[in-house]
Amino acid sequence: MEKSANAPLLDVQGLSVSFATDRGRVKAIDDVSFRVEKGEILSIVGESGSGKSVTLLSLLGLNDPKTTFVDGSVAFQGKRLLELPDRALRRLRGKEIGLISQDPMTALTPVYTIGWQIAEQIRTHENVSKKAARLRAVELLASVGLPNPNEAVDRYPHQLSGGMRQRAVIAMALSCSPSLLVADEPTTALDVTVQAQVLDLLLKLRDEFGSAIILITHDMGVVAEVADRVHVMYAGRMVEKGTTTEVFDQPMHPYSWGLMASIPPLFGEKPARLPSISGMPPTPQQAPTGCGFAPRCRFARPECEARPPTRRDGDHSALCVLDGAERAAARRAVLGHEVDA
Amino acid sequence: MIFFATPGSDPAARIAGRNAAQETVQAIRKDFGFDKPLPVQYAIMMKKLFVTRDLTSFVNRGLEVVPQVMRAAPITLSLVFGAAVLWVFGSIAVGVLAAMYRDTVIDKGLMILALIGVSMPVFWLGELMNLVSQSRFHDTWLFSWVPGLGYKPFFDGPWMWFKTLVIPWFTLAALYIGIYGRVLRANLVEAYQEDYVRTARAKGLSPGRVMLRHALRMSMIPFVTMFGLDFGVLVGGAALLTEVVFGLNGVGRLTYQAMLNLDLPMILATVMYASFFVVVTNAIVDIIYVVIDPRVRGH
Repeated sequence: MEKSANAPLLDVQGLSVSFATDRGRVKAIDDVSFRVEKGEILSIVGESGSGKSVTLLSLLGLNDPKTTFVDGSVAFQGKRLLELPDRALRRLRGKEIGLISQDPMTALTPVYTIGWQIAEQIRTHENVSKKAARLRAVELLASVGLPNPNEAVDRYPHQLSGGMRQRAVIAMALSCSPSLLVADEPTTALDVTVQAQVLDLLLKLRDEFGSAIILITHDMGVVAEVADRVHVMYAGRMVEKGTTTEVFDQPMHPYSWGLMASIPPLFGEKPARLPSISGMPPTPQQAPTGCGFAPRCRFARPECEARPPTRRDGDHSALCVLDGAERAAARRAVLGHEVDA
Repeated sequence: MIFFATPGSDPAARIAGRNAAQETVQAIRKDFGFDKPLPVQYAIMMKKLFVTRDLTSFVNRGLEVVPQVMRAAPITLSLVFGAAVLWVFGSIAVGVLAAMYRDTVIDKGLMILALIGVSMPVFWLGELMNLVSQSRFHDTWLFSWVPGLGYKPFFDGPWMWFKTLVIPWFTLAALYIGIYGRVLRANLVEAYQEDYVRTARAKGLSPGRVMLRHALRMSMIPFVTMFGLDFGVLVGGAALLTEVVFGLNGVGRLTYQAMLNLDLPMILATVMYASFFVVVTNAIVDIIYVVIDPRVRGH
């Protein structure tokens, strides 16, 4: 539990999450490991149900402890989060780790003004007067770009537009200057122009506040724009990890290829139909013991029945049997000229 | 009015009551204007109820109706107000505790108690309370303080007033604590699935604060709706069974006796009184809405 200078801000090792259901325990997250350095933006991508949100909620201890079983080790600033007593965890939540949730429409309690809700968080963690907390709320609202923050503090959530509410939620998450911001699909519920503004805002805040950000999304465009590193999740596992450049230029996992191939090309002729990955992702109940993607994979083979090995290329890694020249050939078959160019 | 407009029934004869003399019926017909058009009849009736207040009950040998209702009203109001205070606090305590300790012994125990409260008929529970406090254990230290049945006015001595009403309050409230406690628990459990509760927890608030300031605060909105409906109806006379069992001559009992005797003027007066309170409580509920839910305030 020593705190060295180069220790990562957040270090997750072998995290597994299972839920109690009527038919016994179901594993939603299987042996997930990742780390977040100070001030970086890590993006976790994957489709709905791949376990992105569950991963983060269990880090914060926000899952229902009666039905959720979390294993593994999570170290945040040298503290082991999963073993922390409730009271100590609460002191970190909202203070050191801020959560920005997916849907700004429902994330705020409708009966309180946004200023009240921001001040509530500040006063929970810091011993300041109501007046001081309110002033801080006004400053925060100004810093997230809400026009007329003096008036906005006294607004109720239903009086604000979606983009404004998301800014208010972000302001609230930032209120105690957390060193880690967890953003669970912060742009999904917003329209495209507002999405761009919110992303710009996140980048600006990262530079101003120096917070690291874990950005959960299923939008590859968002990832390419803001992330330093990208982890791809599929069926409860991290199937590929690498820097944004590595993952976009030389993706290693067939699932990532599928994701890349489904992005419309910027140049050249537009295809009539974008390529898609056929089939549906498995639900946690029916996830295969071997590679979770094998049933939908063009390159599946008998070895995929077993747990896939980790292939590494420096810090870039993937969970797949394909390796070396064979992988390069398969990738070319899916992505064509785009990768070579 | 509907009574009067119903074909085939003579309102004058109805008002006079059973076995009335023919002269009485004739007098009533003239007095109430039943030979005039309906709007005039309505105006006369309203005048008798609200302006001159001399509507008399013929069944009860010329007793004036309005003073009787005025005498019964404070009894019912005392009963229902006290019970309402009990059931609001009781059910909030039950609902919050059960939701906080969801799926534990505390939750299950409280829900079973609530179910028992809902299932016990008021008259049975009332008689049981009477049996225990008035006869079986009246001479023990437990219930020796319980006065005899009946109502003692507040201004004759608040303490006596309180003592006569404590047991009726609990009896009437038991049912509502059960219903409201169960509904509130369901609302709270639902609120815990909502994003705003997750946000509140992610802010690092204590579990008590998340429960009271966020989950409970939101659940108060449907709670108030239910409360307004039940309170209005109870004040309007639906506390009849409790009143009868505990010998409280409230409005419910008055209505009940009027119906037994086919005492139409009395029924008219009590129905008017009941509708008055239903309307008033609904108006109050609407005002409370504006206070507790900013979304209904116009902007």
